[in-house]
Amino acid sequence: MEKCPKHVVHYMHAFLDGEITNEEEQIMNEHLKLCEECREIFEELEQTVTLFKGVDVVEAPAGFVDGVTARLPKQMIKKGPNKWFRQHPFMVAAAMFLLLMSASFFSSFENEQQFSFTKQPNIVVEGETVVVPAGETVVGDLVVKNGDLRIEGEVDGNVTVIKGSKYMASTAVITGSSEEINEIFDWLWYKMKSVAKDIIPASKEQKLENE
Amino acid sequence: MDELINKRVKEVLHGNQEAFEEIVIHFQHRLYQVCYRMLNNAAEAEDIAQEAFVRAYVNLETYDQKRKFSTWLYRIATNLCIDRIRKKKPDYYLDATVPGTEGLDMYSQIATDHQLPEEEVEKMEMKDRVQYEVNRLPDKYRTIIILRYMEDLQLQEIADILEMPLGTVKTRVHRGREALRQQMGSM
Ligand SMILES: [Zn+2]
Ligand SMILES: [Zn+2]
Repeated sequence: MEKCPKHVVHYMHAFLDGEITNEEEQIMNEHLKLCEECREIFEELEQTVTLFKGVDVVEAPAGFVDGVTARLPKQMIKKGPNKWFRQHPFMVAAAMFLLLMSASFFSSFENEQQFSFTKQPNIVVEGETVVVPAGETVVGDLVVKNGDLRIEGEVDGNVTVIKGSKYMASTAVITGSSEEINEIFDWLWYKMKSVAKDIIPASKEQKLENE
Repeated sequence: MDELINKRVKEVLHGNQEAFEEIVIHFQHRLYQVCYRMLNNAAEAEDIAQEAFVRAYVNLETYDQKRKFSTWLYRIATNLCIDRIRKKKPDYYLDATVPGTEGLDMYSQIATDHQLPEEEVEKMEMKDRVQYEVNRLPDKYRTIIILRYMEDLQLQEIADILEMPLGTVKTRVHRGREALRQQMGSM
């Protein structure tokens, strides 16, 4: 058994990606002619690729599209931070000022690890997961922090999950808006909206949201 | 095709929700397949693939229309899958009670109900084997191998989806392929 040049293996992969040059291919073939071990590896690689390429396609189950439609928020597309920032520079500056004045902002996102949630009468708590059981309707907003939320029934209000995940069963309904907050930026955005809500009178806020 | 999709995107942004349904119809199988291959569970794949479309809808404004819509959609879906895999606790499946959704169980049912020709059985086992081997791959190779071979995407598109340098994608395809070869042993 001779010593195999390391680049031969790279040439094999380059060949399989269709990115080998003529010269490289020639060098590879020369070596494969002489070396049984490499020839075997090359054949196995080719077989593997054929096998994985040839596996049957999997199709989405029936009713998939309707399922997506049912899960779309009822209101039109929510305004993301970018557009909102552009449209309300003054509000952004005011909210940012107030927020950053409170040194607790960053620490409140980073340090707070405790599982907490809005107390609503008909929710069930399983470990660190809040469950809205099938057939139940929670009236009002629901906030879950440092835990997951599973919705099987209905929430007649806004849903916010901070540092956790939201799982929606196919029966789930949320009438309000819904968001998950896992990054400092989302957190900033979330806090700014709540600060802004405090500054703007409710009727005006309504107008802002609708424009 | 890309043009038609971008036209639909514009319609959705102008408030036409029905145009979004066409987008879902167009991409449903591809997106579901990625999720199914990554999560190895039909109920979870459906949940995550649907969630990916919901996120795309909600965040449609942030989609850069100069780029390929499918790339953006795949990125949302693969990120959701990776999150789910990381958080996955054993014995916890959201829709575990939905009957007939677990691919592997279905195959074994078919196998016991009808005696199939031996070649057929061999082929079926290989399908399961392929899925099993993909799932054994380390996370960083799994996504790339699925996109490369099961979704049949080009290396550059994979790099765009995963927001990785092309060189990194190439290296990982190499390593992933080599890992699969070793896992398969002598077939
Ligand atoms: Zn050799
Ligand atoms: Zn290489």
